Amino acid sequence: MTTHPLTHPQSKTGLQSLWVWIAAVAVVWIFQFFFVGYVDPYYFSIVMYSGINATLAVSLNLVNGFTGQFSMGHAGFMSVGGYVSALTTSLVVAKYPGIMGVDAGGPGIEGAILLVGALFLGGLVASLAGFLVGLPSLRLKGDYLAIVTLGFGEIIRVIVLNLNVVGGARGMANIPALTNFGWVFSVCIFTVFTIWRIVNSAHGRRFLSVREDEIAAEAMGVNTTAVKVRAFVMGAFFAGVAGGLFAHYLRYLNPQTFDFNRSFEIVIMVVLGGMGSITGSVLAALLLTVLKEALRPLQEITRLDFRMVIYSLMLIILMLNKPNGLMGTREISDVYQSFREKLRVRFGANQGSDQKGAKK
Amino acid sequence: MQLVFTNSLRRHLIKLSIAATLVVALTSCKKPVAIDSEIVIGEVGSMTGSEATFGTSTHNGIELAVKQINAVGGVKGKKLRIVSLDDQGKPEEAATAVTKLITQDKVTAILGEVASSRSLAMAPIAQQYKIPMITPSSTNPKVTEQGDHIFRVCFIDPFQGTVMAKFALETLKLKKVAILRDVKNDYSVGLADYFTETFKKGGGEIVVDQSYSAGESDFKSQLTAIRGKAPEAIFVPGYYTEVGLIARQAKELQINAPLLGGDGWDSPKLKEIGQDAINGSYFSNHYSEEDKSPNVQDFISKYKEAFGVVPDGLAAMGYDAAKVLADAMTRAPSLASKDIRDAIAATKDYSGVTGKITIDAMRNAVKSAVVLKVDGGVFKYQTTINP
Amino acid sequence: MGIGVEFVQHLINGFSLGAIYALIALGYTMVFGILQLINFAHGEVFMLGAFAGMYFSRFFNLGAHPSFWALIATLFFSMATCGVVGFIIEKFAYRPLRKSPRINVLITAVGVSLFLQFSGQLLFGSDPKFFPQIIEAGHGFSFGEIRVNTMQVVVMVISLVLMAILQTIIFKTRLGRAMRAVSFNHDNASLMGIPTDKVISYTFMLGSSLAGAAGVLFGLIYPKIEPLMGSLPGLKAFVAAVLGGVGNVAGAVVGAITLGLAEEFLVGYVTPTFKDALAFAILILILLFKPTGLFGIRRTEKV
Repeated sequence: MTTHPLTHPQSKTGLQSLWVWIAAVAVVWIFQFFFVGYVDPYYFSIVMYSGINATLAVSLNLVNGFTGQFSMGHAGFMSVGGYVSALTTSLVVAKYPGIMGVDAGGPGIEGAILLVGALFLGGLVASLAGFLVGLPSLRLKGDYLAIVTLGFGEIIRVIVLNLNVVGGARGMANIPALTNFGWVFSVCIFTVFTIWRIVNSAHGRRFLSVREDEIAAEAMGVNTTAVKVRAFVMGAFFAGVAGGLFAHYLRYLNPQTFDFNRSFEIVIMVVLGGMGSITGSVLAALLLTVLKEALRPLQEITRLDFRMVIYSLMLIILMLNKPNGLMGTREISDVYQSFREKLRVRFGANQGSDQKGAKK
Repeated sequence: MQLVFTNSLRRHLIKLSIAATLVVALTSCKKPVAIDSEIVIGEVGSMTGSEATFGTSTHNGIELAVKQINAVGGVKGKKLRIVSLDDQGKPEEAATAVTKLITQDKVTAILGEVASSRSLAMAPIAQQYKIPMITPSSTNPKVTEQGDHIFRVCFIDPFQGTVMAKFALETLKLKKVAILRDVKNDYSVGLADYFTETFKKGGGEIVVDQSYSAGESDFKSQLTAIRGKAPEAIFVPGYYTEVGLIARQAKELQINAPLLGGDGWDSPKLKEIGQDAINGSYFSNHYSEEDKSPNVQDFISKYKEAFGVVPDGLAAMGYDAAKVLADAMTRAPSLASKDIRDAIAATKDYSGVTGKITIDAMRNAVKSAVVLKVDGGVFKYQTTINP
Repeated sequence: MGIGVEFVQHLINGFSLGAIYALIALGYTMVFGILQLINFAHGEVFMLGAFAGMYFSRFFNLGAHPSFWALIATLFFSMATCGVVGFIIEKFAYRPLRKSPRINVLITAVGVSLFLQFSGQLLFGSDPKFFPQIIEAGHGFSFGEIRVNTMQVVVMVISLVLMAILQTIIFKTRLGRAMRAVSFNHDNASLMGIPTDKVISYTFMLGSSLAGAAGVLFGLIYPKIEPLMGSLPGLKAFVAAVLGGVGNVAGAVVGAITLGLAEEFLVGYVTPTFKDALAFAILILILLFKPTGLFGIRRTEKV
């Protein structure tokens, strides 16, 4: 991957200004309060899973894409976060049932505080797991690291399977329904924002330097150990939060949800989107979540399920023909810029504000 | 006044409009609603993934039932149509599938899922939309506790675990039993727990409690450890997919203690894989193939005709779930979900393939269990145990 | 029953389990040795081997006439089929990526593995299939209360023969020398006039046919086969290969036996709960403390 540029030339413009992100969150909440009720529940659930998957994919991208480590145990962190936060809210709600609101009222502000606290706790414990998994990355790379992370994910699953406090194989039912559109997408935006800021900061260049050439980075004074562990810890934190959202949306957790096929799914999203492209991950998560449902009619007609076959075939073909994924290391803004450039070349100069972008 | 868009703002507007288009596109492509001459019933099952074989059996049972009902004119003059969706054995997929069935396909009622883990993810959604749901074989008591629209036509774990414990204590007069449970299946864990409870209460002793997880093939280490404790029988409440191998390996290790199990054993595959080794074992089931009652024999022969194989227990459960639903819809004054719900709840002494089914106040099926003995390739009827 | 008897029985069980892991691990270790690639699809080739054997013996109704030759014929057919499958996988999925980053190849391997699993479910159906008994089960051997099953003996003997053949190929033939050269240094081997692509192809075919043999032998001992049966033994065999030092044929065998015994004793004497986690725990420990495995040779990372 040595040919990828280290910098994102466009990233300084616009997206780093905080207000854009705040506005996005505001839009999400406006949507939550005024429009959610009108969306068809089935499509709504696809939208919700897209948001959760996007969070997972972006957080894995920090490890796999930006830091160049290869983790295949992301579902493990997700399950840690999911179980910890679900256990927290379940215990609290069991003690203070009033939090869930009476009748149609739904959970109020207390519910929101509880959810945020539980998500944070879940994320913290997940990041602790991430720290443990990150440690081997100091000595291992490539295939070895991949299979060790996969092994960690499996170990987590086996441990959960034997934990009676969270139901073991019977799973954990009756988790309070606290997740809503607002929270899923606030978290998603927050994740994108945080990781975007990190990889585009001077500090974040260290992640990229580890990916490009670990030895050279070390020689330049980058503490590669710290960087790798940090990537794992942060990636795990957001995966844990996403797991918490998942738990409080589905309201039921089972260890089998988090087997290594789930980890593969997240890896596929990152690879499809392009390792090293945040918007790519978001896009791919959206695409794959929708595709999964879009392929349902095919299954209804043929009575056979081709979905996983198509998924895996897509992965192979992608690697053979377009190994950098949809976006490579570019972001959507870069794509937009180059697209506009092409238009410019074809249709002559635009006026005014386009000048800056066109110079690239 | 002229608005000057900055680069970034324009970019965001484009992004927003893409998002908006997506949302609109997603919400606008609605499917045609069911035509009036048919009743649409949703089914969720694991057609792919590691538990695909269970989902497929159940689906075959349901399909057969619907075919038979339609052949005699359907329900209230309308034909039944099944829309069945795959959940790949994952709870979250089951939840999405049931949402789709209710909101897109506008199903009148839902059948499914085989496993309690998926039913537990589906039940709150069915309850929320007040669509009656009958699970053919989810045995975890928590499933029907999810709401008053959730029913089942199978035993619950506490009953079946107790049945086998009573049989071991009273009929076989056993005192020392070993347990080999499948930790990956909630069903197996549930049965093992309730068996232990009842068996100990009755003065028995569990000499060793071993486990495996579904999908494994080698159980010799567990069995060698069990052999060391010399139990009089081994309770293996797993699925036939593993039990056949367990029986073989037990025989290889010259363990002569009989195996005991639950309805997860009921499949021709058990005999095929286990062969001689499975002889002399006992399991609890819903019905016996030897039952001469016409609807059992009719079911078995029709099923063989349609699918070329002997039905397993899950196929029979799927068949009964569909039949109970159709029966309730026939009795209901209208096809409103409340009426159907009330009619299912009022089901009393319905003669299904898997026994006389009565729905109790907790929306569980009350029915007797039979204990069968595997003997020379047939499941021989031993005794009936009433709830 | 004596504690000693139980111990010996565990020992025998562990060895027979290890023999199966070993056959799968050999294929892994050969491919890894030559390409530094974890061929995730190897477990699925193993699964295909079992199905090929099943269809072959069903077609000729070998279950009704069990004999030693029936077993040899089935083994041969299954090994040939898997050899071809291995060739195809290498040619169409891995060869085009020879110059790509290793991560891309790894992802492709995961893709191939998933593809084979799920198309297997479509093709063969998802219900477990019974593997015909193509060799007389007999009564086995008893030494007091210690039981050795005929199948276990057959499987161990065949495994040993196959390993001996493999060892001969690697150390006594021109192809073997070429394989060793390629695994030592791909570019140098190519400069010395070794057709590296061909050698890699042969390696894949050899490794895959061993997986095919493992599939048949697995079917004999555990006569229940299904499309998803390959993933867990595949991963465990990989652990065995790493444990013995990847690229080392004898090491893979020792690693596999060690893993078989470790699983057996964990379940027998400690707890069955973490059986599936044990392999991964061993993997993590060995990679952290002795990444070259028990018998591996240290290779220094070149800058």
